[in-house]
Amino acid sequence: MSTTRAAPTPPGHRPAPERGNTPADERRMTWRNRLYRFDMRYMPYLMIAPFFVLFFVFGLFPLLFNAVVSLRNYRLDDPTLPYWAGLDNFSRLVGDEDFWNALYNTFGIFLLSTVPQLLLALVVASLLNRKLRAQTWWRVGVLLPYITPIVASTMVFSVFFSREFGMANWALGLFGVGGPDDPIDWRADKLHSWIAIATMVNWKWIGYNALLYLAAMQSIPRDVYEAAAIDGAGQWKQLWRITVPMIQPVVLFTVILSTIGGLQLFTEPMLFDQNAQIATGGPNGEWQTIAQLIYKVGWKDLNLGYAAAMSWALFLIILVVAGINYVLTNRLSGGKR
Amino acid sequence: MSARRAGVVGRAPQDTPAGIWTYLFLALTMLFAAFPLYWMLVIATSNDEALAKLPPAVVPGDQFMTNVREVFSLQDVYFAASLVNSLIVSSVVTASVLFFCSLAGFAFAKLRFRGSNVLMLFVVLTLTVPNQLGIVALYIVMGKLGWNGTLLAVIAPGLVTAFGVFYMRQFIVNTVPDELVESARVDGATTMRVYASIVLPAIRPALAVLGLLTFVATWNEFQWPLITLSGTDFPTSMVAVSDLASGNYVIYRRVLAGAFIATVPLLVMLFIGGRQIVRGIMEGAVKS
Repeated sequence: MSTTRAAPTPPGHRPAPERGNTPADERRMTWRNRLYRFDMRYMPYLMIAPFFVLFFVFGLFPLLFNAVVSLRNYRLDDPTLPYWAGLDNFSRLVGDEDFWNALYNTFGIFLLSTVPQLLLALVVASLLNRKLRAQTWWRVGVLLPYITPIVASTMVFSVFFSREFGMANWALGLFGVGGPDDPIDWRADKLHSWIAIATMVNWKWIGYNALLYLAAMQSIPRDVYEAAAIDGAGQWKQLWRITVPMIQPVVLFTVILSTIGGLQLFTEPMLFDQNAQIATGGPNGEWQTIAQLIYKVGWKDLNLGYAAAMSWALFLIILVVAGINYVLTNRLSGGKR
Repeated sequence: MSARRAGVVGRAPQDTPAGIWTYLFLALTMLFAAFPLYWMLVIATSNDEALAKLPPAVVPGDQFMTNVREVFSLQDVYFAASLVNSLIVSSVVTASVLFFCSLAGFAFAKLRFRGSNVLMLFVVLTLTVPNQLGIVALYIVMGKLGWNGTLLAVIAPGLVTAFGVFYMRQFIVNTVPDELVESARVDGATTMRVYASIVLPAIRPALAVLGLLTFVATWNEFQWPLITLSGTDFPTSMVAVSDLASGNYVIYRRVLAGAFIATVPLLVMLFIGGRQIVRGIMEGAVKS
């Protein structure tokens, strides 16, 4: 901050009153001063403002406004209904067979996809955690499903699980299951369609979760394994007794993540229908999920109010299930606290 | 001998060279991961007869161009336009996320202002909000704005992400030294100047990671684009592919030719930026 500087006086520090200041200098000082104060005090807010404004308008507000809509008669095809519906949409929900069926399907698919997905991810992660040749390529390879659009992969699986010329039935036939004379109809009943959809979900997310686990595994201090070796723990035991408890926070994170994702399953059940636009999830709703039902109620039946009520119900269900899963996983994976 | 064994077992897994079984299992995993993509190509290159026989075709056919031509010439699918639309949406969203999230991340990482802790906590909490649940109201909001059926409706909700802010903040905290920011300030640099000349160059790797993840996620989005763009002349490529699969007679060689074309840009990105994507996912995990 010396006066020998020819460059513009730094606004960074309170300029000490200098001798021989002209009024013009002073004016410039105060202007700089103000700019500096503005920069220090308000600039941070300006920098975070775009995030908060955009998030509020397109994220938070719709979520809250959804509550209002759920209390209204909001039919796109019938604007003459009274404005408020009170709790009508919610009471209708309780007696709606479609809703309970969709809830049942959602949970069925959720269980069939989440449990194998996370267990297999754990196995893949522990394999990737070895000293490997071409390490990066293995890691990139397991991400192939992650970057593939679900729309695209579901279409492949749709053909894969087709009744007559599908590869799934052909392969099972080699093992004497089904066979060409008695092929499995993957779209005819709940269990088979759930398995088909769960396969798609598992395929998509195993690699991604494996990388999350791998990241956590690599931050486990190495000497922990030495102690385990002294106790004579084999590799499999080490995985369960040491690795899993040590990466427990990430395990919890993935459980929550796949709960949130799994209960909102939409694209897979949508495109598993042979006509991707009808949103019924099978001829009798064999695999219709809640997210799919919300879409159907809102944009096929044009009843947005009811769809909003359903969204809220789903939100609560997700909260409860995520909570239960959190506690369960915490116990199972050996957390003491 | 037993001591040697103990020495080997006592090594951390990441120091233990992988054995044949590890490679075998990983190779099977790769096969499982790559097979649907390969089979997509097989179907996309086949004719109807090849798809209606058992055992199923396992090598690509020579009908790819025929199928592609059919996809592009379908009247109400707008496939060519949909690719352009997806490119526009994903690029705009990615650019916006990178700019706004790095700006906010910088503020949270290096600037002192009242309420910064509470606001950051808010950002972290919003990470877990499933915004799909507000989709009905979002549709109504977009209706009021007159944006439904336009690309704006798809772009606007993606412009910022909580994950982006969080990721950028972490990265800036760890890579941009406080002293560098301080000394720039002493030299008279404004906050924006510091951002442009110190922060931006330092966070280039993080921008690459976040950019790739955002682009992929945006390109692949389906539910919301389907709701707001379906039936218009401006579908995204995912909506267009699902349009190919609508109706009573779905011709799968067409559907998968379209799906394949819409997947290729992402395969290229994984090929070029795979290392960055892996890094982004793994760094994102350690934070939690």
